[in-house]
Amino acid sequence: MIWVIHILNGVAFGMLLFLLAAGLSLIYGLMKILNLTHGSFYLVGGYIGLSVMRLTGSFALALVVAAIAIAVIGAAIERFFLRRFHLDELPQTLLTFGFLFIFADLSLWIWGGDPIMLTMPQIFQRSVPMGYFSYPIYRLFLIVVGLIIASALWWFQEHTRLGTMLRAGVDDAEIARALGINVSLLFTLIYATGAALAAVGGVLAGPVLSLYPGADFDTLILAFVVVIVGGLGSLRGALAGALLVGLLDDFGKAFFPEFALFTVFVPMAFILVVRPTGLFGRR
Amino acid sequence: MTALAIDDLCKNFGGVTALAGVSLEIGVGERRVLLGPNGAGKTTLFHTISGNLMPSSGRIRLFDRDITQLRPDERARLGLARTFQITNLFPRLTVLDSVLLAVGGANGRPLRLIWPMSSYRGRYEEAHRLLEQWGLAGTARRVVRNLSYGEQRQLELVLALAGEPRLLLLDEPTAGLSPAETSAVVAMVQQLPRDMTILIIEHDMDVAFEIADRIAVMHQGRLIAEGDEAAIRANPQVTEIYLGME
Amino acid sequence: MRGRIGSFAAGVAVLAVLLAVPHAMRPYYVGLVTKMLIFALFAMSLDLLLGYTGLASLGHAAFFGVAAYTIALLFLHAGVGGWVAFPAALAAATATGAVIAVLALRARGSYFLMITFALAQVVWSVAFGWRSFTNGDDGMPGIARPDFGWSLDNTDAYFYFTLAVVGVAILLLAAIVKSPFGRALRGIRESESRMQALGYDVWRYQFTAFVLAAAFAGLAGALYAYYNRFVGPEYLNVIQSAEALIMVILGGAGTLIGPAIGAALIVFLEDYVSSMTEHWVMVLGIIYVLVTLFAPRGLVGMIVDYRQRRSTP
Repeated sequence: MIWVIHILNGVAFGMLLFLLAAGLSLIYGLMKILNLTHGSFYLVGGYIGLSVMRLTGSFALALVVAAIAIAVIGAAIERFFLRRFHLDELPQTLLTFGFLFIFADLSLWIWGGDPIMLTMPQIFQRSVPMGYFSYPIYRLFLIVVGLIIASALWWFQEHTRLGTMLRAGVDDAEIARALGINVSLLFTLIYATGAALAAVGGVLAGPVLSLYPGADFDTLILAFVVVIVGGLGSLRGALAGALLVGLLDDFGKAFFPEFALFTVFVPMAFILVVRPTGLFGRR
Repeated sequence: MTALAIDDLCKNFGGVTALAGVSLEIGVGERRVLLGPNGAGKTTLFHTISGNLMPSSGRIRLFDRDITQLRPDERARLGLARTFQITNLFPRLTVLDSVLLAVGGANGRPLRLIWPMSSYRGRYEEAHRLLEQWGLAGTARRVVRNLSYGEQRQLELVLALAGEPRLLLLDEPTAGLSPAETSAVVAMVQQLPRDMTILIIEHDMDVAFEIADRIAVMHQGRLIAEGDEAAIRANPQVTEIYLGME
Repeated sequence: MRGRIGSFAAGVAVLAVLLAVPHAMRPYYVGLVTKMLIFALFAMSLDLLLGYTGLASLGHAAFFGVAAYTIALLFLHAGVGGWVAFPAALAAATATGAVIAVLALRARGSYFLMITFALAQVVWSVAFGWRSFTNGDDGMPGIARPDFGWSLDNTDAYFYFTLAVVGVAILLLAAIVKSPFGRALRGIRESESRMQALGYDVWRYQFTAFVLAAAFAGLAGALYAYYNRFVGPEYLNVIQSAEALIMVILGGAGTLIGPAIGAALIVFLEDYVSSMTEHWVMVLGIIYVLVTLFAPRGLVGMIVDYRQRRSTP
């Protein structure tokens, strides 16, 4: 029975990781940018949600405000900084790395060094009976939300013209323009969307995982492992990788608390040896 | 002994068939030109010969040795050299440094941190000789990315020749060149030692007929005609493809 | 020829200045310059990988830290001193480099970045999490400096020791970079496929460069462990890797001397900023953004570029 709980925990955590990995993959797939700032979007998004909840008590509002705020910040970063280095990998990495540090320090300054959790919204403060035990409804909620967002992204990718382009990995701006798409606007939107997804992940994580200085790096690493295992640029890969990593992380923390990262590291090493571009990666 | 023997080579990319069973034999010292419209599979064929792409099926033999599973650098050490359709040089290095690397490469010597001084001098002399021979003597100290397009194409060729290859693959050597530069390239190719086997992808029919001993025409991943100039000119399928394109 | 004499003279001048440091400065600053030397070596080791081979690693601190921890663990758990600890630390760093290289070189570009980043974090997590062995977050204090005949406890003595070790290491690095191997690395940086087409086994070169870089980083880590007489997980964390990276970029990747200058600058800045505010990490991030926007080729890199442009007819 305890296994079921761990599996559900793992899947729930996996859904959070999926939100991050999907954003990373989305941004990389179209813009070929490895967005190191993604960890910050997660943490700062979570912190903003926390502040909104402290002010208004509304979880829903926290989600919305955090998503919008981070989306705006992301758009600004893309528009004023990243855009100048289109297709130039190292400068983009350095920029996103730099912002990761700036936000890390800023959030420490603003929200302090103690780990904090968001108050669990009232409606979720109960457990659902499942057989011999009860399971907190919030984590089930996370799983559902994750699946809904995954489906929405999937639908978008399969059934819109834009999505088809993204799927094909079209990075030729000329073709995109020929199809009548405003490429610069698209880039900003995609980056902002990826950022918003991470922020949503941060707020959703708030009631169950704590927000603390360093959570940006820790979660970023896990997101990296997810896309390494699943394949950068693939939505399916992000989901598969996220579930795998979520499960492994949970089992790792439960059984080897001092070496949790190792249980996650092993499949990563395995994938690298066997299939370096990830389960569903291209090339 | 054949220089290059390709046996029923196929290459599929997902749903697209780039090579649909190509078989080809080139004798030592032969000049073979590969003609065909865009998308015929010529560059894909080159990539499979040089090792940049693995075929889906089929075999390739270089001087009677099966190289199908070998990496590009292993094939290079067996005497294969190539130029690239899109100029592939070392943008921030000097011309001299580039040629030095080319001279030092095909020997396949493993990593040497410490090099005997005499070999150093030998390499330098060899590099300068090559630059002189192929008309790039004055450019030795210039940085590659500052060269003109024509000079870069020339350097592309020199790098391939530096290792004294036995089989040379030239991928559209005259693309984007002026008539004068094109003649220079043709002259260069005609001066190459007769024991060097050369396979060339060309678009320009006149250049092709000038250089070639034999010609092979590709279309949609297949070899549709093979022979000397007269045979190709007389081939109705070939004329149809090329007329259809004009 | 003129260039050779010029750089030789410059080198002698720098050496003379450095030799005078303990006589001219207070112990605190002698210590700071010692730290600059150590990080110059660390940065130059990363330059071998990034500037010369074209492999951008975000986890270089792993080797730095592994060597440092080896020193600490050997001393505090086994009472082993300098003669054995130094080579052991180097071996540990080199071995870690080999393992990470094998995994990271399975991929290129962004994957390579992620893998080096993630693997370094794994190493950090071991140091941080294995409290029984490494004391976790509290770190391992109380390391005694090695005694190679005369004591290195004194700040000045350790400065000279560091100067000697780093000096030899720099000469080795310079030799490597100028050798045919070093030239081949540069070719690989410019175009892997071209080098392959010329007959070079690119993976072998990249692997060797990676392992060498790890070894030199390990040497720096060992020196730093003795310098601080303390080792903690911060030797292995992202910030350490990030500092190394910005030292290389700020100084100028691919110039070897540039990263040394970058290291001196960053060490100085960190010392200065940290004395005034707690927000060094934010300043570090801002430096990243500013350098990328305004000086991506680095200080020495810009000088090299300028010279190259002037010499073109």
